[in-house]
Amino acid sequence: MHRRSRWLVAGVLALTLGVAGCTGGDDGAATSGAGGLPGPAGGGGGAYPRNETLYTSGTQWGPPNSWNPIIPGYAMGTVGLAYETLFLFDPEKTEITPWLAEKGEWADKTYTLTLREGITWGDGKPLTADDVKYTAELGKIKAVPYSNLWTWLSAVDVVDPRTVKFTFSDPRIQEWENWLYENAIVPKHIWESRSEADITTTANDKPVGTGPYEYLTHDQDRMVWKKKADWWATKALNLDVKPNYIVDIVNSSNEVALGLLLQGNMDLSNNFLPGIANLVKGNFNIKTYYPDPPYMLSANTAMLIPNTTKAPMNDVAFRRALASSIDTKKIVEGVYGNIVRAANPTGLLPVWDQFVDQSVVSQNGFAFDTAKAKKALADAGYKDTNRDGFVEGKDGKAVKLSLIVPAGWTDWMEAARVISAGAQAAGINVVPEFPDAGALDDARTAGTFDLLINNWAGLSNTPWHYFNYVFQLPIQAQQFSANFARYESKPAWELVQKLARTPQDAPEFKATMAELERIHLTELPMIPLWYNGLWSQYNTTHWTNWPSSAADTPKDLPTTWNNLWEMGSIKMLTQLKPAAG
Amino acid sequence: MSRYFGRKLGIYALTFVVAVTLNWIIPRFMPGDPVLRMLTRTSVSNPEAIAPMRTYYESVFGLDVPLWRQYLNYWVELFQGNLGVSVWLFPAPVADVIVRAVPYTLALLLPSILLSWWAGNKVGALAARRKWLDNTALPVSYALTATPYMWLGILLAWGLGIVAGVFPVAGGYSFELRPQWSWTFVGSLAQHWFLPFLSLFMVAFGGWAIGMRNLIIYELEADYASYLAALGAPRRLIRRYAFRNALLPQLTGLALQLGVLVSGALVTEIVFAYPGLGHLILQAIQNQDFFLLQGIFLFIVIGVLAANFLIDIVYVLVDPRTRTGMQGAT
Repeated sequence: MHRRSRWLVAGVLALTLGVAGCTGGDDGAATSGAGGLPGPAGGGGGAYPRNETLYTSGTQWGPPNSWNPIIPGYAMGTVGLAYETLFLFDPEKTEITPWLAEKGEWADKTYTLTLREGITWGDGKPLTADDVKYTAELGKIKAVPYSNLWTWLSAVDVVDPRTVKFTFSDPRIQEWENWLYENAIVPKHIWESRSEADITTTANDKPVGTGPYEYLTHDQDRMVWKKKADWWATKALNLDVKPNYIVDIVNSSNEVALGLLLQGNMDLSNNFLPGIANLVKGNFNIKTYYPDPPYMLSANTAMLIPNTTKAPMNDVAFRRALASSIDTKKIVEGVYGNIVRAANPTGLLPVWDQFVDQSVVSQNGFAFDTAKAKKALADAGYKDTNRDGFVEGKDGKAVKLSLIVPAGWTDWMEAARVISAGAQAAGINVVPEFPDAGALDDARTAGTFDLLINNWAGLSNTPWHYFNYVFQLPIQAQQFSANFARYESKPAWELVQKLARTPQDAPEFKATMAELERIHLTELPMIPLWYNGLWSQYNTTHWTNWPSSAADTPKDLPTTWNNLWEMGSIKMLTQLKPAAG
Repeated sequence: MSRYFGRKLGIYALTFVVAVTLNWIIPRFMPGDPVLRMLTRTSVSNPEAIAPMRTYYESVFGLDVPLWRQYLNYWVELFQGNLGVSVWLFPAPVADVIVRAVPYTLALLLPSILLSWWAGNKVGALAARRKWLDNTALPVSYALTATPYMWLGILLAWGLGIVAGVFPVAGGYSFELRPQWSWTFVGSLAQHWFLPFLSLFMVAFGGWAIGMRNLIIYELEADYASYLAALGAPRRLIRRYAFRNALLPQLTGLALQLGVLVSGALVTEIVFAYPGLGHLILQAIQNQDFFLLQGIFLFIVIGVLAANFLIDIVYVLVDPRTRTGMQGAT
């Protein structure tokens, strides 16, 4: 007995020592790896004081690898925190407000833009009209995403160091405003030495911008920004960003984000966290924009996209029957637990409610009604001749449509199942399938799918953006950003182009919108389903005064998603307050 | 001796060539097109821009030459340490991406492989001789070795991380720290490292313990053990001989298990959001980033081959029979 216990003790000891010894041994290996990283190892201090640091996540899904504002895929905050845009878009007033620019004025086919005084780059050089001209002219490189600017812009001239004149061959007001607030200005004195190829391939790992933050460090799983000593908006607009450090954590999964948020180690999570409603109601210091359903603001419209080049999706009667077979309420309540809203039949986001023509909607809209869907199918000549419960095509062949959503997008996968169940109940054989996100991208781009869900019709300065997404022509062999349904409607496309040239306050704008809504609802090239949320949940333990629907609280978009900083999210940072203590 | 190692090296070189070739071929037969991925990402809206951008990205990724040329280039660049440009993390070079992740993966793999092997063998050997230990350690080991890595990882993360709050559940080191030489930082590294290590260690440990226990029992029943016992040798001596003999199959097992352990580490890293290769592989597959995938697989292939070679050497050192055999052969 005595001997046995001695053995046991020895065994346990050996195990513990082994583990301990290994802990020691491993540290050497791990630190030498980390020591090799280009972090400011000598930069003293080390830890970020908790009350000066904002921890965020929900934007980056891979290691930060690019700080190049020209090419999408840059690290969180590259545009917004480091580089800035000429204007911001204010989603509350639905207008653009001057940011780097002081003002901009149209005169016939020219647009004269005046820059604010006293803005400097991170290296101390002043921001000048040359930088704006240089940035716009980068669009002449075909690989720059906004290269289509130059199909309707003809010249950019520097009038004086603070004034730039843009001359247009085709003044598309709406599209231009979109450009003004979506694209960051880059410093000519740093970028002009780069070749064309460099501009679109450089990682730009020392970003020098005009914004309130500068690059501090990054690692595989984080991106750290540090507040700059002086930012132009502090003087010009009396705005001051409160966190001295922003640590953005790379997402590995939403579960990890939820864990960090619950522990109070994360302040703002822009991840989709199912079941967040329970946590908001509970005593976890977790808040969302609305205290009740839908909890989140709406960010974009999830659309069911039929491939209108294939039968029977090329038949408007079939598409309408499909639309009324979908139980959107079940998706909103069952799949999302009410954290999203059902979409208006037009698909226009709630901020555009003023432009929704209710009479058009009530005449041509669709709603969930299985019986009506069945009748519509029968009326259009779709019959179930082989009695398998599903209608056949007009040619008599069986119809089996696959609805694809990316594997791993659990909410969309569930939604696809609801859609499929609804369609099958009405007699349309829709089968959900879940390929990889990449394979789905290929199918969507090349047009080899039957049905899919897409939500690229997001918040923007103009509803033109939405209709451009639905109706854009001409149809290419590969469709990269719009009209995935490949629907050809010349009248609609002409109206979209007209919309691009009409100022929002002109009466024709509303009339054109109503006409587009009518075409969209009667021909239904894409079927709007629900508004995806601007997923955002905050832990109020360390930072307070988050945006919310309550009175006397900020109303800025509470997000770190790229492309939304320039929609006013940057102002959220100026409103935050460190929690007392 | 030199002939033995020469032959071994030859086999390894051949394996390397075949593996690298497969590594090059397989992603190219995967459905998907990296250039299309880039075009989708930049969401080109200008129809005229599509053709020039396609040519441009094809040249960036080296896809603008015939296949045989691409294959040759691949080998040439491999020896220059150039693994191409990542599609998913464009424009980062694949080598850079991997180099940043590798220390974390190695720091998990090496200690967990070596320690679990060592501890598993010790405990297994003990269990073979102690009925009460056998009755407790054996079922536990069976349960452990049958546990999927990620499941154990999730249990540990939930129990010790979320509920008890003792260990962090994400990251390579505290999100409050910057890399530096200080005790806080090293402590933080160790703290974040411990749970992923533990889940790898425990699963592998179970397997080794069972193996060793069965081998020892087998060895103790062997003729030489009975003979020694009949000669009146002390039990301690017999056990030592049995242990040594039982170690050899375990050593072979280690070589065979390396691949499994590597894949286990990858899954574990995903569970703990540990910034090693695991998360990279997953994303590389989902984003059809075949340059990154190639790079990571290449690293794994080299790692496993090198480890096997090391085990071959160790085998010669620990098993006198191999040495005798080699002398006989030369």
